[in-house]
Amino acid sequence: MTARFELDQIDCRYGERTAFQTRHLAIASGELTAIVGPNGAGKSTLVKTLAGLITPVQGEVRLDGVALHRFADRERARRIAYLPADSRLAWPLIAVRVVELGRYPFLKPLHGFTDEDGEYLDDAIQRAGATGLTARRFDELSSGEKARILLARALATNAGTLLLDEPGAALDPRHQLAVMKVLQAEARRGVCTVFAGHSLELVSRFADRVLVMDQGRIVADGPPREALSPPILSDVFGLDAPKGITPPDWAMG
Amino acid sequence: MKDIRLILILSGICGLSGLAGLFVDGFPVAALRAGDETAWLLLTELRLPRIALGFLVGAALGLSGAALQGYFRNPLADPGVVGVSASAGLGAVAALYFGLVSLSALVLPVMAIAGAALGGTALLLIAGRGATATSLILSGVAVGALANALVALAMNFSPNPWALSEIAYWLMGSLRNTSWTEVRIALPLIAAGAAILLTTARDLHSLTIGEDGARALGVNLRGLQIRLIAGTALAVGAAVAVAGAIGFVGLVVPHLIRPLVHHEPARLLLPSALGGGALLMTADAATRLVSGDGVPLYLGVMTAILGVPFFFHLIRQTGRLAP
Repeated sequence: MTARFELDQIDCRYGERTAFQTRHLAIASGELTAIVGPNGAGKSTLVKTLAGLITPVQGEVRLDGVALHRFADRERARRIAYLPADSRLAWPLIAVRVVELGRYPFLKPLHGFTDEDGEYLDDAIQRAGATGLTARRFDELSSGEKARILLARALATNAGTLLLDEPGAALDPRHQLAVMKVLQAEARRGVCTVFAGHSLELVSRFADRVLVMDQGRIVADGPPREALSPPILSDVFGLDAPKGITPPDWAMG
Repeated sequence: MKDIRLILILSGICGLSGLAGLFVDGFPVAALRAGDETAWLLLTELRLPRIALGFLVGAALGLSGAALQGYFRNPLADPGVVGVSASAGLGAVAALYFGLVSLSALVLPVMAIAGAALGGTALLLIAGRGATATSLILSGVAVGALANALVALAMNFSPNPWALSEIAYWLMGSLRNTSWTEVRIALPLIAAGAAILLTTARDLHSLTIGEDGARALGVNLRGLQIRLIAGTALAVGAAVAVAGAIGFVGLVVPHLIRPLVHHEPARLLLPSALGGGALLMTADAATRLVSGDGVPLYLGVMTAILGVPFFFHLIRQTGRLAP
C-alpha cells in the first residue's frame, strides 16, 4: 500500500507546550486509521496537522510526496476533506446548504454548481444516510441527523483523504455504528480515512490501524488487538482490562 | 439569481422611499410642469442628490453590516465594532478642528476617508497575522475607542463654542446641504468597497462551519479579513465622509433581512445593501417631516432613536437563541 501521508521529525506546539511530536509517521490510503488517547493527548492536533490547519514549528508533512504547505489552499481543500469536532453552525441554514459546502473548493468564481457537483452531492447524501434530511433546518435536526449532514458535507468533496475529529461524539450507539460503517466503506473505496475517537470498542471493531496517543506522542501503533494491549490500556487510559478490548458484535436492527 | 423576487421587492421599496424623499415636505409639481426654473433646480440640485446620497450611504452601511455579521458570525456586529466609522469620524473632526474645511469642500471627505483607511490598516496590523474573529473584534474596539477619545480631545480643546458645536452637529450625521459633489465623491468609493465586499460571499458561507472548517474548505482567512476591512473602510469611510456618523443601519438591516434569505450569509449581502438604502432614504424623509423651521433633526439621531429599541429586542432574542 502506498503512503498518502508522510510525517518526518514533526514538532507541533501551542506556545511553549508541545502538543504533538513524532519522528516518523506514514499513513496509507485504503486504510481506516483510528487515533485514540485520553483528553489532551494530542489527537485533534494530529488531525489538524494532517489537514494542514496547523503548521508544525519543525518538520514536514507530505501529502502524496509533496510538502503540504506547498499546496494552494483550494488545491489542498480538494484533496483533503476535514470534519471538525465542533458540529455547531453559526447560522441555522437549511441542511442541504451545509452539504453543498463540500463542493466549494471546486466552484469557479461567479459560477454555480455544475451537474457533476450535483451528482457528487446526491451521492454523498445517500452514502451518509442523510436522504430526507436535506430540506430541513440544521438546528432542528437531532444530533444523529446533524452528524449525517456534516458527514455528507465531508463526503461531497470526494477527496482522496478524509479526516474526522471525533465524528461519533454525542451520538447514540446506533448512530455511532452507522458513522463507522460509512467510514469503513470510504476506506474500502481507497480513501485514506483517519478519525480521532473515544469509543475503544468501535475502534477495535472497525479500524484497520490504531494510533494510541499520550501526552503528544504516539505510544502504540498497529492493528487494534496489538495497539490496544492490556499494558497500553493500563498505562495510557488507566483501565484495568486483562483481556484487552473485545469488539462488540451488535448490529443495526 | 435565487433571490430575484426579494431583490425586485426591495428595489421597489427603494423607489417608494426615494419618492417619499422627493415629496415629503411639499414639492411644487405644478410649478415644475409650468417650466419654473426654481422648481427645476429644487428637483435636480437639492432633492435628487440628497436622495441619491441617502441610498448610497444606506447601501454602504447595510452591506458592510451584513458582511461583518457574516464574518464575525454574530448578529450584533456592525461597521462601528471594527472602529472604521469612528476612524472616519476622527479624520473629519480633525479637518473641522484645524479649520481645514475652509480650504476646500473636498478636505473634510478626503480626511474622513483617510481616517477610515488609517483605522482599517491599524486594525489589521494590531490584529496581526493568524488573527481570529475574536482578536479582530477586540482590535476593532480598541481602534474605535482611541478614535473616539481623540474626537473627544478635539472637542475638549475647541477654541470656541461655535467650533465645538460644528463638530458636535457634524457627528450627528446629516444629509442636509447635499449636492452632486458629495455624490461624486461617495459613489466611486462606495461602489469599489461594495464590489470588494461582494467577493466575500462564498467565504462567509464557508465560515458558517467555523474558522477551521472554512480553512479546510480552502478559505484564506487573512485574505478574507483584508478584503473585509478594505471594503468596509472604502464604503463606510466614504459614507461617513459625506453624511457623518450614522449608526444602527448596519446593525438592523441585515438582521431584518436574514430570515428572508434562510439565514444564508452569502445571500444576505445584496438585499442588505438595498434594504439599507431604503431605510436611510426613509429615515431622511422622516427627519425632514418632523424637523421644524430652524430646528433640524439630525439623521444619525433619527436612525439611533429608531434603532435602539430594536437593538434591545435583538439582544433579548439572541440571549434566547444563542448557540
